[in-house]
Amino acid sequence: MVNDVIRPKGLSPIVKTVSHWVKGFILVFGIYIVLYGHLTPGGGFGGGVIIAMAFVLMTLCCGKHEALKRMPLGVAGELDSVGALMFLVIALLGLSAGLGGTFFTNYIAKADPGTPFRLLSGGTILLSNLAIAIKVGTSLFLIFVLLVVLRVIYRDER
Amino acid sequence: MHYALCLMLFMVGLYGVMVKRNLIKIIISLIIMESAVNVFIVMVGYRKDGIAPIMNKAMEAETFVRSSVDPLPQALVLTAIVIGLGVTAMTVAIAMRLYERYGTYDIKEIRKLKG
Amino acid sequence: MQIIPLFVAIPLGAAFFIPMVGRKNPRLCDMLTNITTLALFLMALSVIGKETSVYWMGGWIPRLGVPLGINLVLDGMSVFMLVTISLISFLVTVYSIQYMDKFTSKARFYSLFLLMVAGMNGVALTGDLFNLYVFLEIASIASYALVAFGCEHEELEASFKYLVLGSVASTLILFGIAITYAMTGSLNMAQVSTIIGGDLKAIHLFAIALFISGFGLKAALVPFHAWLPDAHPSAPAPISAMLSGVLIKTIGIYAMARVMMNVIGLTPLISYIMMVLGTISMVVGVLLCMGQDDIKRFLAYSSISQVGYVVLGIGLGTRLGIAAALFHLINHAVFKSLLFLNSGAVEYSTGTRDLNKMGGLKEKLPVTGTTSLIGSMSIAGIPPFSGFWSKLFIIMACVQAERYGFAAWAAGVSVLTLAAFMRLQRRAFFGEPKEAYAAAGKVPGSMKVSMVGLAILCVVMGLLWLPQVQHAFLIPAARVLQEGLDYASYVLGM
Repeated sequence: MVNDVIRPKGLSPIVKTVSHWVKGFILVFGIYIVLYGHLTPGGGFGGGVIIAMAFVLMTLCCGKHEALKRMPLGVAGELDSVGALMFLVIALLGLSAGLGGTFFTNYIAKADPGTPFRLLSGGTILLSNLAIAIKVGTSLFLIFVLLVVLRVIYRDER
Repeated sequence: MHYALCLMLFMVGLYGVMVKRNLIKIIISLIIMESAVNVFIVMVGYRKDGIAPIMNKAMEAETFVRSSVDPLPQALVLTAIVIGLGVTAMTVAIAMRLYERYGTYDIKEIRKLKG
Repeated sequence: MQIIPLFVAIPLGAAFFIPMVGRKNPRLCDMLTNITTLALFLMALSVIGKETSVYWMGGWIPRLGVPLGINLVLDGMSVFMLVTISLISFLVTVYSIQYMDKFTSKARFYSLFLLMVAGMNGVALTGDLFNLYVFLEIASIASYALVAFGCEHEELEASFKYLVLGSVASTLILFGIAITYAMTGSLNMAQVSTIIGGDLKAIHLFAIALFISGFGLKAALVPFHAWLPDAHPSAPAPISAMLSGVLIKTIGIYAMARVMMNVIGLTPLISYIMMVLGTISMVVGVLLCMGQDDIKRFLAYSSISQVGYVVLGIGLGTRLGIAAALFHLINHAVFKSLLFLNSGAVEYSTGTRDLNKMGGLKEKLPVTGTTSLIGSMSIAGIPPFSGFWSKLFIIMACVQAERYGFAAWAAGVSVLTLAAFMRLQRRAFFGEPKEAYAAAGKVPGSMKVSMVGLAILCVVMGLLWLPQVQHAFLIPAARVLQEGLDYASYVLGM
């Protein structure tokens, strides 16, 4: 808290302004990579990392309070578990006899193949990519915040 | 020949893990080792004069099968990279806590457990 | 058949569900975790004796004999490992209801614990090499975090050492898998074994060396044992029991046996290497454990020794040898967990782990003292406890295969183990009381329940060698390993 009085938070105004414009594009680009994961390279992992990077950019340039206002720690923790449970539920639904009978079957594609190379083909791959992106994005953001916030508290205690 | 370079990178990482005394250097050597194995896996799937394994509407299945590089190792490496990331994150967190407790990054000083 | 993927899906789902609902309410977490592990144990008991079945995930059945997807295989050996894992994890979760009250954030502990169980179940069930690597990593990473759970000085240092060596082991295993893929073009265990077909070239020997080093590091064989005496004592007592009792056996010994015997085929060279490594581990483990003052470090070194017994038996390759080694595996899981839970109870009530300060604790801690005596007699090989039978049959198998040198070493190590454990009992529980005696408090009820349960199992396990029970449980497991390359015909034929 002492540092806030002597020096204003965050980096210089040029960096702050530019990153305010750019972080929206980063978020949209990450969502694009996740959604088209079954057609172009990327998918859940890569897209999730890019989405997390938008929040990390905000932490780096504006200080942790700004980022934690948009995505509080409690919400990130809950979303983490929700993403993983969503993936498991999608995989387990394949077990029910009406939808194909095996764990992890792509039941949507079996019922209604759709035209190849369009967004809605490929069935459960799209939903799985979304679940993985939520999980990976929030996990990476949590790791970054915990590693950074922890150092600040300890330095103030000394 | 290219595989020998991968093996050399792997040995560099192994040397770092065994010999270096600074915690951060040990972490970096671990990352080098994992990267060496990932590069090796990707190189296993190479085919001479091959194209990237992405198919679009204009291509037929036959040209794809005949001329693309092997896509399976690329999927394996994606998983392996994420696993390596998880291990690195945990190692760094433990190293930071160790620094707070012992005040040093030198593993010769951090030797409370003996016997 | 449909139950097979549930062994992995249920602990995984519970591991992510518990932090969502249980953050404020530790008793709810206790209940949910115990229900989950009890359900897994009942499921594992229900699949004993079923015939070999293969489950192709996602419905990708093989076309024209070529496997297209990832499969889960339930044969005798997988059933054996599943029963061991679920039995020990159920009793350990009962124990940790009250032991973990001293630590904060029980929800995260149970979440990591269930992730470790899910990873181990996956390793026991899988039929695909890269899937083996992924589940092995899940179990290992969860165990790295669990060893560092208390965040004291020595726990962090032990966890760092364990983490670095464990990562090196995983990287070696991944390198071996990459070389296998380069040489055969497939990752499915059954298909790789048909393609290699028993003739091994130089590059295959390099892959075998990498696999033995990687899995040997995970199983803590000598000369790869340097992490175990630091990691196992520093973890909380239920985690020490899980690590020493189940984890090093599943991701070390089971994975090594599966890859060496079913995928590559047991040649005389590999058999000899495994027997030599096993014998060296036996001798070094018991010699190093005699001079220890910390009760948990003592038990950790003796784990190295007993793991050497199991590897020696598996390396023999005969039907009696493998069956005796698997019998010793499940026996050691039971009595080593019992001994570690006892040391946890002693630490909970007296606050110390130093043997020099303990003495005469049997009067103040009667349940702990009696169960510890039963566990020590079992590991030392005194009839009629279970340890006697398994060690006897391993020595008999060595003699039967005409390896008299190894049999002599095994018998000698057994005598030394007896001496070491009798000395431990005398120092800790009998003899005149020292400082720890005065500080001894009471041991909570749930801890007593699981210790008594494990002690009863120590006595009863000897009955596993009866012919009816043996044919239902041990012999199918041994037959899968001994018939080696016939594994492929089970998997690809159906």
